[in-house]
Amino acid sequence: MTTPVTTASTNQLDEREVVLRATGIRKRFGPVEVLKGVDLTVLRGEVMCIIGPSGSGKSTLLRSLNHLEEIDGGKVELDGDLVGYRQRGHRYVTLPEKQLAAQRARIGMVFQSFNLFPHMTVLQNVVEAPVGVLKQPVADAKANAMRLLERVGLAAKANNYPRQLSGGQQQRVAIARALAMKPRLMLFDEPTSALDPELVGEVLEVMKALARDGLTMVVVTHEMGFAREVADSLLFMDGGVVVERGHPRDVLLNPQMPRTKDFLSRVL
Amino acid sequence: MNAAVSTPSRPTETKDDVRVAHRQHPGWWVLVVFVALCLAGLVKMLVTNPNLQWDVVADYFFSTRILRGLVVTLELTVLAMFFGILLGILTAVMRLSPIRILSSVAWAYTWFFRGTPLLVQIIFWYNLAALFPTIDLGIPLIGPTLWSGDANVVITPFVAALLGLALNEGAYMSEIVRGGIVSVDQGQHEAAVALGMRNSRVMRRIVLPQAMRVIVPPTGNQVIGMLKSTALVSVTSTSELLYTTQQIYNQNFQTIPLLIVASLWYLIVTSVLSVIQYYIERRYARGGRRELPLTPWQRLQRTFVGLRGRVQAAPAGRA
Repeated sequence: MTTPVTTASTNQLDEREVVLRATGIRKRFGPVEVLKGVDLTVLRGEVMCIIGPSGSGKSTLLRSLNHLEEIDGGKVELDGDLVGYRQRGHRYVTLPEKQLAAQRARIGMVFQSFNLFPHMTVLQNVVEAPVGVLKQPVADAKANAMRLLERVGLAAKANNYPRQLSGGQQQRVAIARALAMKPRLMLFDEPTSALDPELVGEVLEVMKALARDGLTMVVVTHEMGFAREVADSLLFMDGGVVVERGHPRDVLLNPQMPRTKDFLSRVL
Repeated sequence: MNAAVSTPSRPTETKDDVRVAHRQHPGWWVLVVFVALCLAGLVKMLVTNPNLQWDVVADYFFSTRILRGLVVTLELTVLAMFFGILLGILTAVMRLSPIRILSSVAWAYTWFFRGTPLLVQIIFWYNLAALFPTIDLGIPLIGPTLWSGDANVVITPFVAALLGLALNEGAYMSEIVRGGIVSVDQGQHEAAVALGMRNSRVMRRIVLPQAMRVIVPPTGNQVIGMLKSTALVSVTSTSELLYTTQQIYNQNFQTIPLLIVASLWYLIVTSVLSVIQYYIERRYARGGRRELPLTPWQRLQRTFVGLRGRVQAAPAGRA
């Protein structure tokens, strides 16, 4: 049934090393349990898209992967290291701030609302963490930042302030800022949801190029076209659980679960 | 009536050459005349009232004693604000800390120093020797004494004044700084932390610089307020501007002219501080708007250029 080409590429994917593994993630906000035991595995070079209705817990899941949300159960491992916690006997103890920061430096994150630092120029935004956290020499960090800005097509705006840029441009700077830390993987939290429709394309183009270059990415998105075209795997979440997962072609074109069918019939 | 309002907006024009005419406000001119009359009356009084004794004002304005008092006033203002701002930042960060004991201590500090009159605090520090003849530094009840001194020697009038002003100021600055920190979008903190920055760095590099936009304007008010609060210190016989003035008029009974001397100096320093505040606010507005507001000097230049442009364009416009 499947073509030999597909089989080969799937096998190739399976042989790659595991970058991130989440097991049984649980999270509650007061009385509401927003994550009810979620598992996921991200391989090196994989692009994983997470879709689902609002309130399904997909953003919370993403934010728990770099410990922006503390979790109430389960564990996240980055390259085999427990994220956010240290095991002591049968208990997980929160890591000291310094080690937590070091772990977060290995995971890039792009937010829905860009969150560029408005008091710094575009170049300063990109250079800030490599110099301040990784202690790179300023000249090297600047040269690297300019290469990254070139890559997202914004080298000409290096000395502008974020508010002087369009939403799409700001988001591309935010991507460059995250890339400057040379992260093991990148998390994208609905990166195009706050953009005017005509600006969505330029951000997706940059993300597609990153995917082609082999960057490991986990993307929470409403862009079904992007998911179909770029993702290696797709997760459909609803009510705090993963309802269905698989290759995007299978999930989007031939969903098995009624909840997936229902959701897709409304968004496609 | 309607005709009077609408006439200026109808110059001879072709149909597709419609111009915007600003609305006229004839009523404003009545107000201008009224204010001008009030000002003229004030000036006449200032010039003709002999009790003001401008010659005495002129004699004392640059006198060494007055200038020395002014220097002490400025020293007190600068030092009290410096320590007040440091204390304010420290207690604001403590207040927002998730660590309960830190936030409680910070809360108690602001509660006490905002809750008692500044004048009372100054008098209290001045009379500290009556309460504690010697001052010991160390851990209370259990620890060894690290340092000890005679209160009468350590707490000079100047030190008492500084303690009173700075500790009180710290409590107010704490609330101002806290308001500034809280005003910064939570997303900024998240973005910085996600990049691997530690909390102290996030505060220093990301949050505080943005909070400054909210912190600077009320802090400017505080500096100006502090300049005048230093006058309270005259009760501790610290020779600042007001106390010096009082000493002089107690000898020569020229009360009004000497109070004018002091007031003029307070006004001059306040004006200078306002200008400084303007430029500091402008600096921290970076990134806040798409373009920086013009400095008054730039605005003056632009007005001048604009006027010249209009004068040159006028004949062509009328033709």
